Amino acid sequence: MAKIELKDIRKSFGAVEVIKGVSLDIRSGEFMVFVGPSGCGKSTLLRLISGLEDITAGEMSFDGQVVNALTPSKRGIAMVFQSYALYPHMTVYENMAFGLTLEKGKPKEEIKKRVHRAAEMLQISDYLDRLPKQLSGGQRQRVAIGRAITRDPRVFLFDEPLSNLDAALRVATRIEIAKLHESMRDTTMVYVTHDQVEAMTLADRICVLRDGLVEQVGTPMELYEKPDSMFVAGFIGSPKMNFISGKLAEGFNAPTVGVRGEHLVIKPSDGVWSGEVIHSENLGSDSYIYVNVGSEEPVVVREDGATKHAVGEHVEIAPIDGRVHRFDKAGKPIR
Amino acid sequence: MAWAYTKKAAFYLLVLVIVVVSVFPFYYAILTSFKSGTDLFRITYWPTSISFDNYLSVLNQGSFPRNVLNSIFVSTLVVVLALFLAVTASFALSRVRFRGRGLLLMTILAVSMFPQIAVLAGLFEVIRGLGIYNTPWALIFSYTIFTLPFTVWVLTTFMRDLPIEIEEAAIVDGATPWVIIRRVFMPLMWPALVTTGLLAFIAAWNEFLFALTFTSSNTTRTVPVAIALLSGGSQYEIPWGNIMAASVIVTVPLVALVLIFQRKIVSGLTAGGVKG
Repeated sequence: MAKIELKDIRKSFGAVEVIKGVSLDIRSGEFMVFVGPSGCGKSTLLRLISGLEDITAGEMSFDGQVVNALTPSKRGIAMVFQSYALYPHMTVYENMAFGLTLEKGKPKEEIKKRVHRAAEMLQISDYLDRLPKQLSGGQRQRVAIGRAITRDPRVFLFDEPLSNLDAALRVATRIEIAKLHESMRDTTMVYVTHDQVEAMTLADRICVLRDGLVEQVGTPMELYEKPDSMFVAGFIGSPKMNFISGKLAEGFNAPTVGVRGEHLVIKPSDGVWSGEVIHSENLGSDSYIYVNVGSEEPVVVREDGATKHAVGEHVEIAPIDGRVHRFDKAGKPIR
Repeated sequence: MAWAYTKKAAFYLLVLVIVVVSVFPFYYAILTSFKSGTDLFRITYWPTSISFDNYLSVLNQGSFPRNVLNSIFVSTLVVVLALFLAVTASFALSRVRFRGRGLLLMTILAVSMFPQIAVLAGLFEVIRGLGIYNTPWALIFSYTIFTLPFTVWVLTTFMRDLPIEIEEAAIVDGATPWVIIRRVFMPLMWPALVTTGLLAFIAAWNEFLFALTFTSSNTTRTVPVAIALLSGGSQYEIPWGNIMAASVIVTVPLVALVLIFQRKIVSGLTAGGVKG
């Protein structure tokens, strides 16, 4: 249970400022996801919260208590690393119990109870005697999560925990993390990823970072429906939002308009834009049609089911009413 | 076909030559140590008679057993001390970021460039000044100085290759630097510790110059000096039999140690070179 407050947090490595003044409130028990392109400072921000990195300027508090000078264990955090970071010479049980054995005066019985409870939650009870090298990638990551649960942290930190797993396992583990959040409602979780799908599916709220600054904070749907900038609009949602500017956007009274592929329809006539189909991707459940309407990049249109439009065909497209995002010259929305 | 056999034959011939060249001196020492009287000066390549007289005489003679104990004491302590200092130093050198770290590492390496003889006089003064002349501590002190650069260098390289996340996970778990070294890093570093420890042990065990200079009485000498100073009945008699028996006695522990740890050494020497 911890409410995390960041007040104008800055971090420099030598002369390079990586975090340039981040103020953010993370609510108690919330699942907050930091997302952004590589180099935006999201991992650094997580490490600042963990205490592995010192804060250059600003103030961080957990439940009102300033934690700037506290070590990670004093802050009551647990962290899951991208590379699992298990102790290779210890069994799964020892890995999970290590943190507790360092606390003075912890009775062995209680340690055992807590390790077994965490192991059951993650279904790794059968592997407790094995060494990490005898486990698969997915099992290792579960042990790493289990090690964090055992410590019963106030704040649970994840640093891109799924990026070393293959696609199928990633989905399975993602669901498991979502379940974990359900069962640990009191624990504040902060999760770093560059994958916007993970962000959308896991988060209570998402914090989009760019160049060491917060771009926008909000629920997944807020970011999807009301992006505060062209950057957020382009980053959230897959495929990327289509941006059309210049003459082609004149009809909307804005320098640039953005429309998501799922909010465009192909019409037989009277479209807003028209052009030739240059490529189409067929996924079975839906398909993406790339249309060259004369903008810098082709416009992507999403259609249900398999597409009937062949490459080379001339099509007319139009946005669904009320689903057009208008942006001014600075990339800010016009509402 | 014939060519393949020739190649194979040539290969094993070469192996044979290498083995003979490296093993023969020791073999001849063993052979000689079993001889007695004038047999010593007759050249034979196979044992003709086996007598343990030389061993008995060297072990019952004066201070030799004491010298062996001195050697064991000095070498063991040098290893323990050097490894302790090197592990802690290399943790700092590989994991703690501080100004002048690279320079310090180069300086440590540079120390090992000085030949023993160049620092002998200065070191003698230091040892006199510390009041440990003619005690085992003089040798432990000087050997540790000469072992540390190598030990620190190897362990620093090895520790640098340990993943940083493991250390960070331990920090998050609430481990202090000492706990990280003892319970996380040391178990991962066994091959490197065994290798450097063994090399330090061998160096201390074989060392002659310092041992000759910093000790002066029979009871404080170590084995290499004691063997060199073994004397016979008169000035003109060199007790070859005793010398060879003593040499064999002091070689056996080294051979045993290397055999025990050989697997670890091999993995230790290659670890750090290639990742994985």
